Amino acid sequence: MSIEEFILKIEAEIEELPKGRLQPETNYRQIPEWSSMHALILIALAETEYNVTLTGEDLRSCQTVGDLFQVIKSRT
Amino acid sequence: MPAAISAISYYLPEKVLSNEDFFREFPEARETSLEKVGVRERHIAAENESGSDMACAAAEQLFSEHGIDRSTIEFVIFCSADLDHYTPATAGIVQHRLGLPQSCGSFDMFTGCSAYPYALGVSAGLIDAMGLGNLLLITSSALTRKIHPRDRASRFMFGDAAAATLLTRSETGQIGPFVFGTDGGRADKLIVPHGGSRQPLGPGSYEEIADEFGNVTSPAHFQMEGVGVFIFSMKTVPPMVRGLLEKAKLGMEDIDLFVFHQANVFMNETLRQKLGIPPEKFVHCMERFGNTVQSSIPIALREAQKEGRLKPGMRVLLAGFGTGLSWSATIVRS
Repeated sequence: MSIEEFILKIEAEIEELPKGRLQPETNYRQIPEWSSMHALILIALAETEYNVTLTGEDLRSCQTVGDLFQVIKSRT
Repeated sequence: MPAAISAISYYLPEKVLSNEDFFREFPEARETSLEKVGVRERHIAAENESGSDMACAAAEQLFSEHGIDRSTIEFVIFCSADLDHYTPATAGIVQHRLGLPQSCGSFDMFTGCSAYPYALGVSAGLIDAMGLGNLLLITSSALTRKIHPRDRASRFMFGDAAAATLLTRSETGQIGPFVFGTDGGRADKLIVPHGGSRQPLGPGSYEEIADEFGNVTSPAHFQMEGVGVFIFSMKTVPPMVRGLLEKAKLGMEDIDLFVFHQANVFMNETLRQKLGIPPEKFVHCMERFGNTVQSSIPIALREAQKEGRLKPGMRVLLAGFGTGLSWSATIVRS
């Protein structure tokens, strides 16, 4: 599992996100109009694609897409 | 359980909040993936529209749509948080306003989104224990009244409605078995904190709080921790469904239709995928209604029936989950 794949999966779910906008060092709160739905999308992705539970606390304490990916990797 | 669902009708308040109306009010919300919630329009109860108003409207719709003689109703249950008064029970007011016989029993019950399977259990149990022939179950929600005007997420998601279900004694119908549970330790995930006996309304009740996404609420208003509720649903619903099937000694393939509480199409789709339920067996019914709390399952059943997706004799698995936190599931067959 790679971070590139992870980013591709996020882009597939959040249609208003231009391809290539998300990089490993991107703070995901910079997704345009970061909303509760976006948080749910990330959590659902972790569940269905990686079988990992992300919590609200994870989302709050992580900064970047790379941080999130590390959390997911550590729980697989 | 010698009882079955015979008929369902529902009532929607007149005022509509469409997505166009919503995005005109909140243009900044256009790029927030809210469409994934799956709602296109939701109905909003009028200021002076009480619990018994909505209940009677749903019941009258039931009587006329299905040609039911109201004098045969032996019991009425009102399942809602939207009570006319502190006392007496709104179910009694409904008995009178509908012209039901005075021999009718009545009471109010309250659970939120997990209501319908619980209410079916209560109704079927009463039919059995009290030897009833007909029972009228009314679910109703006017939650939009409790939502803060600038709580975008909740305003998008919830709609008001009432549903009336007729349950009858039946030798061939089936309601049950049941699986259910409670976690009161996470009550704060879906709550209106002030205004009850725990904390009466006071000056501090209206102090505004914004979450990390910019949704505004206050202790006097409805509060929903979306992420926490999502995780709760993902962790609780699949084991509940599997546990129910095991209890009923059935497999997924034995169920003809799955009707979950309609909270969020995106969430329900994630649950569907987790459980491996084929899309043609899974009902989504939020587009024209929003999350109608207690009425979401009966409205979805009625719509599935109108569309020809729900046919007599089908085995349907119902799963409710939400405020409490609380969850319940059952299998019905009429």
